[in-house]
Amino acid sequence: MSTPLLSVKNLCVTFASRRGDFQAVRGVSFELGRERLGVVGESGSGKSMTGRAILGLVRPPGRVTADRMELEGQSILNLPERRMRKLRGSRISMVMQDPKFSLNPVMTVGDQIMESYRLHAGGGRAAARKKALEMLNAVRIRDPERVMDTYPHEVSGGMGQRIMIAMMLAPDPQILIADEPTSALDVSVRGEVLNIMDGLVRDRGMGLIFISHDLNLVARFCDRVLIMYAGRVVESLPARDLHNARHPYTQGLLRSQPRLDTPVERLPVLQREESWRSGELDPLPET
Amino acid sequence: MARPVSARNRRIRRVAGTALSLALTLLGLLLVTFIIGRVMPIDPVLKVVGDRASQAQYDAVYQAMGLDQPLAVQFLRYIGEVLTGDFGRSISTGQPVIQDIKRVFPATLELAALGTFIGVSIGVPLGVIAAARRGGWIDQIARVVALVGYSMPIFWLGLMGLLVFYGILGWVGGPGRQGIIYDGMVPQVTGMILVDSLIAGDWGAFRDAFSHIILPASLLGYYSLAYISRMTRSFMLEQLSAEYITTARVKGMSERAVVWRHAFRNISIPLVTVIALSFGSLLEGSVLTEIIFSWPGLGQYITNTLLAGDMNAVLGGTVVVGVCFIGLNLLSDILYRVLDPRSK
Ligand SMILES: Nc1ncnc2c1ncn2[C@@H]1O[C@H](COP(=O)(O)OP(=O)(O)O)[C@@H](O)[C@H]1O
Ligand SMILES: [Mg+2]
Repeated sequence: MSTPLLSVKNLCVTFASRRGDFQAVRGVSFELGRERLGVVGESGSGKSMTGRAILGLVRPPGRVTADRMELEGQSILNLPERRMRKLRGSRISMVMQDPKFSLNPVMTVGDQIMESYRLHAGGGRAAARKKALEMLNAVRIRDPERVMDTYPHEVSGGMGQRIMIAMMLAPDPQILIADEPTSALDVSVRGEVLNIMDGLVRDRGMGLIFISHDLNLVARFCDRVLIMYAGRVVESLPARDLHNARHPYTQGLLRSQPRLDTPVERLPVLQREESWRSGELDPLPET
Repeated sequence: MARPVSARNRRIRRVAGTALSLALTLLGLLLVTFIIGRVMPIDPVLKVVGDRASQAQYDAVYQAMGLDQPLAVQFLRYIGEVLTGDFGRSISTGQPVIQDIKRVFPATLELAALGTFIGVSIGVPLGVIAAARRGGWIDQIARVVALVGYSMPIFWLGLMGLLVFYGILGWVGGPGRQGIIYDGMVPQVTGMILVDSLIAGDWGAFRDAFSHIILPASLLGYYSLAYISRMTRSFMLEQLSAEYITTARVKGMSERAVVWRHAFRNISIPLVTVIALSFGSLLEGSVLTEIIFSWPGLGQYITNTLLAGDMNAVLGGTVVVGVCFIGLNLLSDILYRVLDPRSK
């Protein structure tokens, strides 16, 4: 197999505090190719922290350690800030949950997209403007000329998230981390935003890390799924094999998802076991 | 989407609303000064006729001043007078109060403007850096600077400053606005000597005036710096924890660009109000500084006339300070709307 886009081994994120260390991520390992990798887990299981650690955006008192963290074979673990900055945006990028908060309220949409492009590609305003319009077209925004001059509060949530995608993909990164990109959106526009993102990621041959707490969504949308629980990956398997999941947490998650084909009166409540935390249950099968 | 007509309607309604609240504020201010003028245990008639006048003379002046009219009528007349710039005559100077204010106000304005300039040009960067490097040594220094500013009495700092920089080192001019040889040499245009000497192209006078103003202005600047740097720091901390800051970092921006281009742009809007308020408080609150530095400004004028029981002058000065405050509020309101795209 050729070198993966991203290879992470035994990633830990530790927060030191007066009351002792708290490990938000406890030994996560995975590889990412040009594929869509879903990361599922309940809130607080360390999904976002994993994403931020990859981008080098865990701030003190948080500390990142790993046996390996490589981008196309090149180590990016605790790179000096100056070098990490060159990778951020241009090679790895991220779309966050709520465009209401993740876009700068006092800058026009156009300026924000152009800034993202010019940071890495350089060049004049004219070229950046052309690229920004092209990106707005790519995320299927009608009348991009007008949207360029609007402010974030003037656009809807779905449109805001498409703008975010346009902005983050403008410098042509190889990896996109999408951290619950549709959780804050109206149900009616979620599918559209996902389709646009999916199309762009495929066309460009990118790797996508899709973080979500929605197992159904991830199963439908991704090639492969990591299930996280309390800072660990408890199971990793192809999305189509999800129904064969071995880990009781995954099985529990599956059982507590509503299904249209076999409706039940009442969804079972997930019963957690202390042993899942330690992760001693199963040696991870490589997928 | 809003149609242009309704947008214009909304704008008109907003301007009208602002004008109304402005008028009401002004009315409230005048009501307060009017009532103070009436309830003070100082008989304005006696101040005019002296205490040896006969009852007939007293009554004549009493009527001439309209004091026999109902209070409401008197208040309406008072409003009319104030609106035409008539605050009556000052007993201590014998001049119309408005003339006195025209003379002393530029001195205060000049001092407060330079003080605010110093406070903003040091306080804002200090607050921004303190927030960006939270817990670092600049943050610690900023904390001490602000603490001293909040707790040190201004007259003590002023006297110490005079002692060290004027008395011992001789670096600055002493009390007053000008040295004796320059007194009255610069033709008066704005009443602000720094500006007038520049207009006249008189460098000697400018340098002299600067050496006199720099110490009191630095003193006021220090107090405004203490306040502005604290406010800037807390505004910045709030913005730096916002999600769009993470977005900027994800884009690969340098931390400096994140701080100044993204976070700072967002705090520049509330900062305008803070600066305007700080400027207003220097206009009104530099009484002690003006007394220590024999600065012939509005604060000193109000204090002196108050001690002389010269109510026309006191109330006139108070109205001017109040109007300045209202004006500054209006100005920051307008700037807010211009700067913040969300308000359109
Ligand atoms: N600055 C921090 N200090 C201490 N703990 C933190 C900090 N940020 C996040 N955490 C903890 O890290 C854990 C993982 O958080 P996160 O990755 O955001 O979870 P998820 O995205 O899966 O919901 C949570 O338990 C959270 O409380
Ligand atoms: Mg999260």
